[in-house]
Amino acid sequence: MKRHLLSTADLSREDALLILDTAEQLAQVSGRSIKKLPTLRGRTVVNLFFEDSTRTRISFEAAAKRLSADVINFSAKGSSVSKGESLKDTALTLQAMGADAVVIRHGASGAPHRLAAWVDGSVVNAGDGTHEHPTQALLDAFTMRRRLGELDGRRVTIVGDVLHSRVARSNVHLLHTLGAEVTLVAPPTLLPVAMDDWPCEVSYDFDAVLPKTDVVMMLRVQHERMNASYFPSAREYSRRYGLDPERMGRMPDGAIVMHPGPMNRGMEIAAEVADGERSTIVEQVTNGVTVRMAVLYLLLSGSEPAIGGNQ
Amino acid sequence: MNGARNQAHDGARPGRNDLGDVDEDARRDAHAGDRHDARDDDRQVARNGDPLDGERAVLEAPDINRALTRIAHEILERAKGPEKLLLLGIPTRGTVLARRLADRIEQVEGRPVAFGSLDVTMYRDDLRLRPARALGRTDLPEDGVDGRIVVLVDDVLYSGRTVRAALDALNDLGRPTAVRLAVLVDRGHRELPIRADYVGKNLPTSRAETVRVCLSETDQRDAVLLRGGQR
Repeated sequence: MKRHLLSTADLSREDALLILDTAEQLAQVSGRSIKKLPTLRGRTVVNLFFEDSTRTRISFEAAAKRLSADVINFSAKGSSVSKGESLKDTALTLQAMGADAVVIRHGASGAPHRLAAWVDGSVVNAGDGTHEHPTQALLDAFTMRRRLGELDGRRVTIVGDVLHSRVARSNVHLLHTLGAEVTLVAPPTLLPVAMDDWPCEVSYDFDAVLPKTDVVMMLRVQHERMNASYFPSAREYSRRYGLDPERMGRMPDGAIVMHPGPMNRGMEIAAEVADGERSTIVEQVTNGVTVRMAVLYLLLSGSEPAIGGNQ
Repeated sequence: MNGARNQAHDGARPGRNDLGDVDEDARRDAHAGDRHDARDDDRQVARNGDPLDGERAVLEAPDINRALTRIAHEILERAKGPEKLLLLGIPTRGTVLARRLADRIEQVEGRPVAFGSLDVTMYRDDLRLRPARALGRTDLPEDGVDGRIVVLVDDVLYSGRTVRAALDALNDLGRPTAVRLAVLVDRGHRELPIRADYVGKNLPTSRAETVRVCLSETDQRDAVLLRGGQR
């Protein structure tokens, strides 16, 4: 049976907890002098990146290498894609090279689903359009669990450009599966139209939600997707939906601040907040490698994967 | 004294053809899967320590108690004290046994001895034969394994492949002064040149038989149960 990690909505509670528990054990590896395990020796992981990315691609590469897999990096720039090769032909090329797993980032929502039908290996979605980014949600949940303990009943507020955010979508589904209560906060223009089936609350008023939250997750304002007038000015957005030291002061004791990166300092998050004690932003990057190791281990190490949805 | 000396070969008694019913069991169990996995399969099924049909106890709680006390003394005697010792159990039941041995050593010496657990899943050679599996816990002391006398502790020694994986795992963690092996039961049938230093009981078995170790911490009571071969 072949299984993939395409969406956090496919993950059962058992699968999600298995990934987090596995990551908990693998976290020790990054503290050792020999940061390598022999588990995926001889397996090939292809990083197929059609969109720019620093931390996700490097994170997947580090994760695969720590498990001794062979890593092939493929970026659309400088490849046959710029000559007009289709996704399917690219997929068949990878198939012919014997990729055991394909990690794909693509600008089009649903591209990983299409790819999953064309290749024999497991497909891991590393961000597709405005759809999902499952490993980011997993590393966020892992970071929360390490700071706060189990997530049941925890209140998580996700603030910002939900409309374009694959991170928000993946987090809403995963955190709901794990028992957390999610509230999305954004200007009405930056919320999707059809949200009736999303398992979360929605608010337009950041200050009203702030005192009742254990986790504040700030989303990046995606300037590259701001092709319409979603808000009057950067200053107004920042004043209503940005996290500054004054707002952070009204968060409950022990509450944490997260950001998936890259940040617009001074826009959605103030520099003092990003570098402050409540911020988990650097931890999130470290945990990203660990969680991606867990995902690759559970998908690739056995005769069949232990997690993920069927395609 | 050290009962492990020559038991690796003496313990192996495959195919006891003088008893017809053993062969029947062998045929039935052959369908149960890869023979290296028999022990792990036993571990995965959560059961209490009551004997199932066809199971008989070869060690009861007092026997296990005495064996562990003897092993604790043997470990201490050979290491000349607890200072450099580190008992590392292989999850799940090896960890329980390591903790019990550490308690006994502390009772004898009046000083604590370091103990922990070492998960070897990522180093196994049979990972691809079965679906991906969850990891066990690895707990090491702050100062690691360098310069320690590491005693690996497991419940059953069978093919030796788990111990091989543990040696590889240790190799990535540091450089112990020495590595020794303590097991509660040695059932023979080694597939690698590995021998235990401390053995609770040498248990001659056929490959068709299964050995199940129950410990009160995980299975409600202490017992070593044997199933399959008839006497």
